Amino acid sequence: MARHSSAYQRGAASPPWGRRPAAPRGPVDGAAPAGPAALDPAPRDPTALDPTPLDLAPPSYPEVAATPPGRSDPWGVPGANGAAPAGGPAAVDPLGAPEQVGPGEAVPDSAVVIQGTGVSKRFVSYHNRATSLKERFVRRGGPAGDDFWALRDVDVTIGRGQTVGLAGANGSGKSTLLKVLAGILRPTSGQVSVQGRIASLLELGAGFNGELSGRDNVYLNASLLGLSKREIDRLFDSIVDFSELRHKIDDDVKHYSSGQYVRLGFAVAVHVDPDVLLVDEVLAVGDEAFQRKCLAKIAEFRAQGRTILFVTHSLDLIESMCDRILVLESGSLIYDGNPAVGTKLLRQKLGSLPAEGPVSWEYATVRPQSVAFSLDPGGLPMVQYDPGERLTVSVELDVTEGAPEQIYLHTYIVGQSEVPIWMMETPPGGLAVGPGRHIVDFSIPHLPELLGAFAVKVHVSDATTGAPVTTRRFEELFGVSGPQADGLLKVDYEARLRG
Amino acid sequence: MSHLADAPLPAGTPTAPSPHPAGPGPGQHAMDPSRLARRSRAQTRVRWELLRNLIRKDLKVKYKGSTLGFAWSLANPMLLLVVYTFVFQIVLKSGIPRFGIYLMSGLLIWNAFSGSVSSACGSVVANANLVKKVRFPLAVLPLSAVGFAAVHFLLQLLVLFVVILILGYNLIGADLLLLVPAGAVAITFTVALSLLVSALNVRYRDTSHLLDVALLAWFWLNPMVYAFGLIQNRLHEWTWVYLLNPMAVVVITFQRAIYDPGGGSTGSTPVQADPGYTFYLEHLAVAGAISVVLLWVGFHVFRTMQADFAEDL
Repeated sequence: MARHSSAYQRGAASPPWGRRPAAPRGPVDGAAPAGPAALDPAPRDPTALDPTPLDLAPPSYPEVAATPPGRSDPWGVPGANGAAPAGGPAAVDPLGAPEQVGPGEAVPDSAVVIQGTGVSKRFVSYHNRATSLKERFVRRGGPAGDDFWALRDVDVTIGRGQTVGLAGANGSGKSTLLKVLAGILRPTSGQVSVQGRIASLLELGAGFNGELSGRDNVYLNASLLGLSKREIDRLFDSIVDFSELRHKIDDDVKHYSSGQYVRLGFAVAVHVDPDVLLVDEVLAVGDEAFQRKCLAKIAEFRAQGRTILFVTHSLDLIESMCDRILVLESGSLIYDGNPAVGTKLLRQKLGSLPAEGPVSWEYATVRPQSVAFSLDPGGLPMVQYDPGERLTVSVELDVTEGAPEQIYLHTYIVGQSEVPIWMMETPPGGLAVGPGRHIVDFSIPHLPELLGAFAVKVHVSDATTGAPVTTRRFEELFGVSGPQADGLLKVDYEARLRG
Repeated sequence: MSHLADAPLPAGTPTAPSPHPAGPGPGQHAMDPSRLARRSRAQTRVRWELLRNLIRKDLKVKYKGSTLGFAWSLANPMLLLVVYTFVFQIVLKSGIPRFGIYLMSGLLIWNAFSGSVSSACGSVVANANLVKKVRFPLAVLPLSAVGFAAVHFLLQLLVLFVVILILGYNLIGADLLLLVPAGAVAITFTVALSLLVSALNVRYRDTSHLLDVALLAWFWLNPMVYAFGLIQNRLHEWTWVYLLNPMAVVVITFQRAIYDPGGGSTGSTPVQADPGYTFYLEHLAVAGAISVVLLWVGFHVFRTMQADFAEDL
């Protein structure tokens, strides 16, 4: 089946980075919440923005893809009477046979807990997929027009002990990413691996059975999350105390209020001693006292150096709790780094932050990507011009979703000490641009008699409201070699001695 | 191809010289890679304990609030025994002596099989909420359905033995040992089919309807209410085709092991297939091979499809 061609393994814990050169983030000290990588977003910003990261993801991931073929599968069939037949390659002792060490596997890098490389997730729209046997046989390989990409080529590496907030507008792919990392959804392409025990608080009390008592549910739920009976026995009192439900623990869960239900669910999830805690917007439920308790517990986990990844719409929470923020937009990771910067960016994107000033160009909806100089539009790039010659300044814009429909460009030619020499603007009414790449040419028929090297500064604003969008000053220079010996302008003059 | 569980991590690799030693700070959640791997695996591989807990949960939920509880499950086949005995022995005069015992010795294992498969079929869909929200070994869902039916089967078999002994029929003997290979084939075949249909039913919901109809027809492909001799008389040398159905082999072996027709067999056709053992062992070997192949198929289908369960539900 073509749909299953990805090398991803459900809940894969195998270390596909075994042969990676190094953890791209570098080792992060778990005890210090803000590791060096988390504090300094600058070095990775370009990669976070670039759809084809340069150094973050070595393009060789198919080669490092997981399981060597023919390896024994650890899943044994627990035949009910122990007479599990040796069926196929998969019959291995279910009770913990000695693990077979794959050849050429390196020791996993213990500093990296969550690793996702080139993760994409496509949802096939429901009416487009065969949901019955009849359809399966009648309609093979039907049209796949309405597919929806919830994640596009996302690279995530999260080191041990980091607390990472996952933010973005509704439908930006946050929850999908969390589910992919939790091993619940399989990415359409790309690799995911997670080290250690995951507690996913995607929904509190998921899997509770209303017909059973709180006590039975605690045992069942913890067992599902990977705990043994002995471990649960040991933790049981602590779980009950945390949930503050000792008086109701032997009642059926169906008689719990929704708050009590959630409390018990949270209590179980945080007591399973997770190495990785994935939290999806669940802290919004419960009363304020319980929310405080949850946050205190998360802070405690953070201090213990556990890895926490949570999805929330509360940007304040991210600012106060996280070392790092991942901002998603339409399934792409648009920012990865400092929470203060990321939340500001997101607030501007969501329009909750008044335009107090233009956004840094990398995060703007209209990004001046590059500038080029030539004689004619589309001509060969040149850097040296003579006075009176033609010059075309071409500004390349990358317009993304959410950009103003009409934009207005001011292009300044600046000289030394950022002195503006002249300014060129787009015609009144602005330029109508849709998402994509656009080039705006400013053509100058006769260069004035100037001397020096000049740079370009582009200022983008919304043509309808006049609100500034962004400003970028390019490093590229063009030179004009005027006839004068020095100075900026050639001015006609006469020099003579009086008298 | 996805894999049902995590690929094994190199647990044997030396862990002491960790490349990034976890800081010795207080409260540090220090972990070596192999421990992490073990803990990760505990969440994705089928564990006996989890299976047991799920079966216990199912039993608890099923019998909650009913005073007689388990007794109902035992009373059910006993009631069947009485009804079928009346219909087939007295009304229809099938000519099979001790018809009730004959029926029960085959019907119990069939019921366990069909009950397992049909409840396993809906098990993943019924637990959609869990599948979509929690990371756990999904195969425990169909397997616990099998376990649940197996528990019932064993208790019902015990009751049947008690009834046979009370009636004073022959039971204890070397014949009973046939139950071991027959049981093994039955469990393999049941697990295989359960995995297969539970996985298929997630995307192709017709599976459960199709299965209902198939089980209904399949019931009559086993010599439970009629004597195996009838088949032999009709098919002659083609009887082996009939015995390609692993459940038919299991059923006749169970009958050979448990049922004692008594001294005076009245009917013209022999009730039991063969007086010896080798006939059964040979056919069990074939049925076992078929089951193992199906188990392999079921396995791979489940493993391949489970990664998309959360999306398909």
